[in-house]
Amino acid sequence: MIQEEDNVLIFELSRHGCRASAQAPRQRADTGSLPRRFLRRNAPQLPEVSELEAVRHYTRLSQKNFAIDTHFYPLGSCTMKYNPRGANAAAMLPQFLERHPLAPASTGQGFMACIHELQDYLAEASGMRAVTLSVMAGAQGEFAGVAMIRAYHTARGDTARDEILVPDAAHGTNPATATMCGYKVREIPTGADGDVDMDALREACGERTAGIMLTNPSTVGVFERRIQEIAQLVHEAGGLLYYDGANLNAILGKARPGDMGFDVIHMNLHKTFSTPHGGGGPGAAAVGVGERLLPYLPIPRVVKEHHGYRWLDENDCPDSIGRLGTFAGNAGILLRAYAYVRMLGREGMVRVGEYSTLNANYLMARLRDAGFTVAYPERRASHEFIISLKREAKEIGVNVMDFAKRLLDLGYHAPTTYFPLLISEALLIEPTETESKRELDGFVDAMVRIRQEAKDNIETVKGAPYRLPVRRLDDVKAARELNLRWTAQG
Amino acid sequence: MPFIPHTEDEVREMLDAVGVDSLDALFDEIPASLATGGLERVPEGLGEMEVMRLMRERAATDQQPLCFLGAGAYEHHIPAAVWELTTRGEFYSAYTPYQAEASQGTLQLVYEYQTMMCELTGLGVSNASLYDGATALAEAVLMAVRANRKDKSRRILMPRTVHPVYRKVVQTIVSNQNIELVEAPFDDTVGRIDPESLGRFEDMAFAAVVIPQPNFFGALEEVDRLTDWAHNMGALAIALCNPVSLAVLTPPGEWGGRGADIACGEGQPLGIPLSSGGPYFGFMTCRKEHVRQLPGRIVGRTVDADGRTGYTLTLQAREQHIRRSKATSNICTNQGLMVTAATIHMALLGAEGLARVAADSHANTRELVQRLIAIAGVERCFDGPFFHETPLRLPAEAGEILEGLSAEGILGGYDLANDYPELGDAVLVCATETRTGADIDAYANALGACLRGSQRARA
Repeated sequence: MIQEEDNVLIFELSRHGCRASAQAPRQRADTGSLPRRFLRRNAPQLPEVSELEAVRHYTRLSQKNFAIDTHFYPLGSCTMKYNPRGANAAAMLPQFLERHPLAPASTGQGFMACIHELQDYLAEASGMRAVTLSVMAGAQGEFAGVAMIRAYHTARGDTARDEILVPDAAHGTNPATATMCGYKVREIPTGADGDVDMDALREACGERTAGIMLTNPSTVGVFERRIQEIAQLVHEAGGLLYYDGANLNAILGKARPGDMGFDVIHMNLHKTFSTPHGGGGPGAAAVGVGERLLPYLPIPRVVKEHHGYRWLDENDCPDSIGRLGTFAGNAGILLRAYAYVRMLGREGMVRVGEYSTLNANYLMARLRDAGFTVAYPERRASHEFIISLKREAKEIGVNVMDFAKRLLDLGYHAPTTYFPLLISEALLIEPTETESKRELDGFVDAMVRIRQEAKDNIETVKGAPYRLPVRRLDDVKAARELNLRWTAQG
Repeated sequence: MPFIPHTEDEVREMLDAVGVDSLDALFDEIPASLATGGLERVPEGLGEMEVMRLMRERAATDQQPLCFLGAGAYEHHIPAAVWELTTRGEFYSAYTPYQAEASQGTLQLVYEYQTMMCELTGLGVSNASLYDGATALAEAVLMAVRANRKDKSRRILMPRTVHPVYRKVVQTIVSNQNIELVEAPFDDTVGRIDPESLGRFEDMAFAAVVIPQPNFFGALEEVDRLTDWAHNMGALAIALCNPVSLAVLTPPGEWGGRGADIACGEGQPLGIPLSSGGPYFGFMTCRKEHVRQLPGRIVGRTVDADGRTGYTLTLQAREQHIRRSKATSNICTNQGLMVTAATIHMALLGAEGLARVAADSHANTRELVQRLIAIAGVERCFDGPFFHETPLRLPAEAGEILEGLSAEGILGGYDLANDYPELGDAVLVCATETRTGADIDAYANALGACLRGSQRARA
């Protein structure tokens, strides 16, 4: 990792007249036929650099990142597992890259076969009736799910339902999505054992209940043991169940949302199915439904017919909630997920659930034995778990953020910090199945070392990080004195 | 085991540390009735070699036709360095840069991207991307409804010259929030909105007016007059643009007297492969005063504890992970890797390179149109200037002709019959800088042959 103070911007390398000239047409063609009123008077100030300067600049920038390929990344709820290079190579085959989205299906049967099979494998893995892959990311999958729930109630004339139930520990996208779909959010508290508070749920369920959004295993890292009872309660009240697939990695091959009673689910392919996170996307989501919501599934999706594969559109699915993107989802990401699933196979899917759970339980046991406070010590960890640094905060004066920043110095990406909010000083830790015991042991050593450093000289930890390209950043200044773009004046 | 590093001895040690005797015991909190069966519909695993062979075979069945099709996705040359760099593990396998100190590479790159998009669109601030062009427009509509303090109406003027799929997507996304989309017609002689025709809407109130440039037909709209009309009505002006065109066309920030308020669009032409429609990215910029209504991630420049320059995500109080049900959008993961590619692409091309791409695409499409309208019965649907796309009317059933061209290895354009039946047998054609004179000859010859065949079949 680059540590020097070199943080020159591409614009500061720019010299007028310099150009990566092999990359653009040799000369500028005539645009004289366009009326002058449509033409811009001043060229945009884009960088003017040589090819080598650009390549070197962005290579060096890349070296200022932590990534799965460089560091253990136990970021809870994000499933930062290895992204197989083979899956990338398969998706980058030139015929796949060069295919126009509106090209006729007859020129894309190979691509569409992959999409169709992936739809089918994911339906099987999740226990749902049908799956569409035309959704861009988890949050959009949630939107699709809640919009379908709304369409279902509307079609039945059941329009008084205006509430979506969401556990208080849910991901922020859940309540934000419910709002986008025009629903009010009603929060359900989490019980002391980490499961949904059943009495509160019973009280909340009623004529206003459109549905519930649940993550299982939940955001506190435990399996919701009374899930079948929850499904029955919500269904009896006339609501439907939405499954947030953020934590599907924990149970892949071991238990299926469809069997638990969920009506609609999204799976994050960039989590469970190893497609890259790319520094903030692209994600890709698969949305699966049971029989009841099948007519409302977003379009397009691929079907196999006598003559081959084709896209289902508005004419085939008149009750669909519609389209959620210009074309058919993040196709190139779907190909990566397909290649990954083929390499895993059914036996590999089961291993994903087993070994991600093993790694989490092992790491939880080691940290507990090292004296850290586990949030739900009586519970089995799923693929992730929470430790609370409340005691360290009180006794030594170091908080979660201090641990997080010092971990970076020691070569570990920080776990998810301060989430979920209902546990104070929470670190949500998800090791994933692709990490070795040696890596997990190293993380425990680092945690123990940081606690000792804090006891010996708290400034060592409070001042971290020291070994990264920058030290702790001033977020308040960033928000107060907004500087969101470079200008020549500085 | 594929992608799992554990040895048998390690598994035993780990189970001992947990205090259980088998992997199955780790799942003892899951009710037995929920145990998954055999996943029969998922095949057994294959090695990388077999999977690569399978994928190569699948890819080989997909032909690589000569592309004259645009309609929202455009074939441009992408410098080799773009994806060589973008797929470096440090970019490819990093997460959203929440831990800023460990993500300075991605954060500085996004700051550079934001600067480039502000330059292209002539507006003050940019976000770090949305999913694609259609969802960017939907978010722009939602943003305009929040941001317009003068006019509290929830009505949007949406011209029919906006991409038909974009209009559908916006409808899907905003319809549950009581936002009404009012359709504005176009002048069918020139394929653009006649600003005079908007008089009929002057007794309605609008939160925003969507102004596409170029529009779905490739035609150039009278953006100055439309922007001024929107502002006179108390509405915000949302510009929907092709980013490559902005290397030569007036940026939205300079439209009319005050400039557009929000600009958005499809980022794919900036270094993203066609790839059957994704992953692409949506871009969005706006006037500074609206920054707190802008959805998605935003990167800001700041200093570290030693006073050194650094970058971090900022204004996070707008976002779902902080604001929950009151967030500006539910968007979380966006299209970061695509922004990485686009930034490197723009750095390599620069303003002049991008202008050459835009100008060449314009000139090639003009040449294509000249060649094709020389064929008997083929004519332009509209007079008036276009960027790099325009509809042509054919003297035969368009779908049949496109099928015939496809059999010859040519993607002849987009059939407008479903979306604009009033245009008759019309095909939207496009020739970017990647098409050569020989390619255009090939299209003209094949079209001539298809039309002759079709007329024979009819006779």
